[in-house]
Order: sequence, then C-alpha cells, then structure tokens
Amino acid sequence: MKKKIKKLLTNPLSVIGLIIIFFYIGVAVAAPWIAPPENPGEPYKVPRDGWSSTPQPPGEGHIFGTTQGQYDIFYGVVWGTRTAFRVSLMVVGISAIIGVLIGTLAAFYGGAVDSVLMRVVDVFYSIPYLVAAMVLTTILGRSLTNALIALIVFGWMGYARLIRGNILSVKEEEYISAAQAVGATDFRIVFRHILPNSIFPVVVQASMNMGTIVITAATLSFLGVGAQEGYADWGQMISFARNWILGTQGDTLKFWYTVLIPGAAITTFCLSWNLIGDAFRDIMDPKMQGGGV
Amino acid sequence: MISYITRRMLVLPFVILGVLLIVFGMIQFLSVNQRLSTYISSPAELKNTDLEVLAEEYGLNDPIWTRFGRWISDVVQFNFGWSESAKMPTKKAFTTFFPVSLELAIWSALPIVLGGIWLGTLAAVNHNNVIDHIARLFAIVGWSLPSFVAGLLLLMVFYGGVVSWFPPGRLGFEAKQIVNSAQFVRYTHMNTIDAILNGNWFVFVNAVRHIILPAIVMSYVRWAMLLRIMRSSLLETLRKDYVQTARAKGQKEGVVIKKHARRNALIPVVTVAGIYIAFLINGLVVTETIFDWHGLGRWAVNAAQQFDTSSLMLFVLFNGVLLVFANLAVDIMYAYLDPRVTYD
Repeated sequence: MKKKIKKLLTNPLSVIGLIIIFFYIGVAVAAPWIAPPENPGEPYKVPRDGWSSTPQPPGEGHIFGTTQGQYDIFYGVVWGTRTAFRVSLMVVGISAIIGVLIGTLAAFYGGAVDSVLMRVVDVFYSIPYLVAAMVLTTILGRSLTNALIALIVFGWMGYARLIRGNILSVKEEEYISAAQAVGATDFRIVFRHILPNSIFPVVVQASMNMGTIVITAATLSFLGVGAQEGYADWGQMISFARNWILGTQGDTLKFWYTVLIPGAAITTFCLSWNLIGDAFRDIMDPKMQGGGV
Repeated sequence: MISYITRRMLVLPFVILGVLLIVFGMIQFLSVNQRLSTYISSPAELKNTDLEVLAEEYGLNDPIWTRFGRWISDVVQFNFGWSESAKMPTKKAFTTFFPVSLELAIWSALPIVLGGIWLGTLAAVNHNNVIDHIARLFAIVGWSLPSFVAGLLLLMVFYGGVVSWFPPGRLGFEAKQIVNSAQFVRYTHMNTIDAILNGNWFVFVNAVRHIILPAIVMSYVRWAMLLRIMRSSLLETLRKDYVQTARAKGQKEGVVIKKHARRNALIPVVTVAGIYIAFLINGLVVTETIFDWHGLGRWAVNAAQQFDTSSLMLFVLFNGVLLVFANLAVDIMYAYLDPRVTYD
C-alpha cells in the first residue's frame, strides 16, 4: 500500500494532477477573500454590472471580462470552484455509499437477493445517464439540488457492480471461513473482513468519477435544467456564451473569453482527477506491473 | 449459444417492464393537471372544459395500479399525447425528428469506431515512445474536455472565426430550398442520403459541410475511451505466442500487426464500440443543441426547458428500450466473436 502511494507521488502525470487539485482546493477555500461577495448571505449569486447583453472583454474591474447580462466571469469561476467540489463530493460520495450497500447485500447473501438487486441495477443502467438525470431534474424542478438528487438516483449502479464482483472473490478466501467458524456475526464479517479487503477499487473508481460528474452536472446547467440563471456554476457560465460564437468584422474571435475561461476551468478540474485516476489504475492493474507494459 | 440468446430474450420483457416502472414512477411526481397534458391531443380540446372534469374523465384520480395498466396500454399504442414544445402530437414530432438524429448518429458511428481503432493501434505499436505518449495525453485531455465547450470553440473558429467553412444548422439557405422543392424526393428525410439518391451533389456537399463539426463533437470523447481499450488489448495480444510465431517465421511486421494481432485485439473493442453507439443519444442531446439540429436530442432539451413532460417520457422510454436491445446485441456479438466465452 505504501509502495503504491509512493508510486503515485513519483509519477509525473499524477503529480501534475495533484498540484491542479490542490490549486482548486485553495481557490475554493479562499473564495470569500479572492472574490468577496456583495451580499455575504448569498455568495453563489454572481454580481452583475448593468443589464447590457453584449459581453465585455477582460479589463479594469473585471479581470476575466463579463458574459452576456454582465455577469462577472472571474467571480463565477472562483465560486464555481466551490460548486464543482460540492457537486462532485456529494454525488460521488452518496452514490458510492448506496452502491456499496446494495452491492454488498447482493454479494453477501447471494441467491434470490442477488438476482433481484442485480436486475434492478440492469434496469437503472438501461436509461442513458444524462437523459435520465435531465428528465428527473425537470420533473423535480430546475435547481442545483434537484440536479444532484437526479445524478445520485441514476449514478450508484457502477459502484454496486464493482463491489459485488470484488466481494464474490474475497468471500471465498480462507480467513472469511475462519471468521465464520469462530462464530463472528454477519455484520462483523462484512465490515471487519470483507469490505476492507474489497473497497479499494471502488475508491479508485470514485476518484475517476469526480471529474466526469462535474462535466455531467455542468452539462445539465448548460442545457438549462441545472443551476438557476446567475448561480455560480461553470456550466451555467458557459451557457451564456451560446449566442456569442460570431465575432465582428475584423475581430472574428471577439468573444473568446466567454467560452475559453470557464471552459478551461472545467477542463483542467476534470483533467486533474483523470490524471490521478489514470495513474491509480495503472498502479492497481496487475497486468501493468513490472514496468513491461 | 442459442440457449443463451433464448434466455436473454426471456429476461428482456422484465428489464423493459423495469424501465416502464421507473418512468411511471417519475410521472407520479407530477400534479394531476401536469399529467393531464399527456391525454390532450391538441390545445383546442381544452377550450370551454373544466380541468377537474377532464381529470375524472381520464381517470387520473384512479388507484395507482389501474393507472399503471392504462398507461402501459397507451405506451404500447405509442400514444403520448400533445407535445407542447414541438407544437404537434408527440407521435408526429417523433417521426419528424428521428431521421435527423439518425443521420447524425450514422455519420458519427463510423468515425468513432475507425478513429478509435486507428489511434489505439498507433499507440500500441509505438508503445512507450513519443507517439504513444501523445496519443495517451490526447485521450486524457479529450476525456476531460466537455463536449459543449468543444462544440462552441469549434463553431467560434470554423464558423464565426478565422474561416466560415462549417456553419451550424443542417443545410444552407439555397440547399434547403432545393430540398423542399417538388423535384427533390425525400426518401429517408436524411439530407446526405436523400441527396445521393436524388443525385444532387450540391445538396450533398452542403449537407456534409454542416455535419462535419457535430460529428467531430460526437466522436472525440469516445475516441479517447476506445483508444485506451484498443491500446491495452493490442499490447496484450502482441505478447501472445502466436504473434511471436508469426514473427519468427519471418512475416513482415505490418502483416503481423494487421492480420495476426489486430484481429484478435478487436474483440473487446467491438463490444465497447457497440455500447457507445447506443449511447450516442446522450451526445445528441448536447450536440444538437449547440449546432441547432432539430432532432430528438434538441427536442428533449426544449421539452425539459418548457416542462413538456409528455415528450420527455416518450424520449426516455425510447432511450431505455433502445439501450436494452443494444446491450442484447452486443452480448450476442461478443459470444459470436469469441468462441471461448460461454454463458452457463
């Protein structure tokens, strides 16, 4: 285990990933000082500088410029970092817990319980994630919280399948039979012996999903079913750019900052999680060991 | 093999029933009046009528199982009522928008599969040298770049920016007039295919210019994933004994890779590619919205924004059933491609 973490800290790609994540954690923590909110009670409301629809380029007062409706891009990006962490931690955390519970139940009890739970997993898998989340958010009402609920309702199945497979192989180990022989309760066997030995791949999977979940949530906001207009959310900021892909004569890329700045924020955020997850996977995969492949 | 397919077919109705239950469950979050909209076939029906009387008439206050049974029979008859976002009955909206999405899906499927295989082969053959590293970096960056950001940036550069080669929409003004004229027969309602069937190259070129950017946006994320699978699969195959044998008997390296290694490495790729093609619908939602394609995906987004639940239900059910069959097809293909796989 220690060796694996050491590998993670010496792999250049995962180090870059870690640096970016720590940068974003710093931004999220320091948000009230980097971009002080006008009204401390509502820090996620992006301040507006007038009501003109034409975006204004980066300059005095707005270092990243303003987007359609004069929302300040810098403020939206800084506070959007907090939104991104909240979305990814909550969705990934809660879906992983639900998935692990269901997968453990299925694998430990087997038989009919297993069959029924796994068919439920199949059914939930039968609706494309983005579509399912979009429809459920619409029905529950447009808001970031409802988008999170929808992402969790349709996001737990992968973890359930993963932990089930791992437990099925751990279950056959001799130390489990030994624990059963000395009369340990089911609860104790699951939490003391089985889960600690099968949870690690789930943690890896969860770290890899941190980035993708942020993209999916941002996509919902972009499509107008996630965060409310003016809420500090990267996808929401980019949705304003849709009407400004055409520049003017002589300055064809005039409104580049409306897409590129929030777009760079979301891309580097996901990239950092993927770099770490990728390194993790190479380290964990027994086929990739020995440096050969 | 046949018994496996039979068993899968027997499970199929249960999975579809499960999908129906999920969608029906979602509908239960709606108020009676919101659910009523599903039964209205045009706004004219609502004139001079009392909503409560209508709700009673359509049995919206009945016990849940009665309603579920009736809903299933509606679904089987493809009866989803009026689509407020499309301003036409849902059935008609579906048949109008379906060819648009199908055309985009067809044009994206081929680049996805061929591009993924090509990039993966390139990375594996050049294992651990510069090309491999560039390909893997491309995969990770591509996987991290949201498609709506990529779509807007591509439009900025290739439409509004430096050049204006690839405009949004499905057809230019002139091409649209030709397509809508009486001489142009619309066999499939897919512009590129109709243009070929009519032998009209002007329309064809115009349609292709409109389809290139959306097809790229639909493909690049999946290239990233397919590249990774193809790469590791090919690397594993290249170490197999029969590949060594082929090399030992003096085959050219190109032949060894193309004939001996790649064919066997393709098995996992084909199955994953099958799933991705079924998942194209996820991409359609975003891509059609950005590029102003009036297809199923954009219809669903409009429906979501305007709270047009009857259209959304049709869309989500269509997706569910499509995916169930796609999964079945992929499993069968897998069993067929790899004789070592047994399903007992």
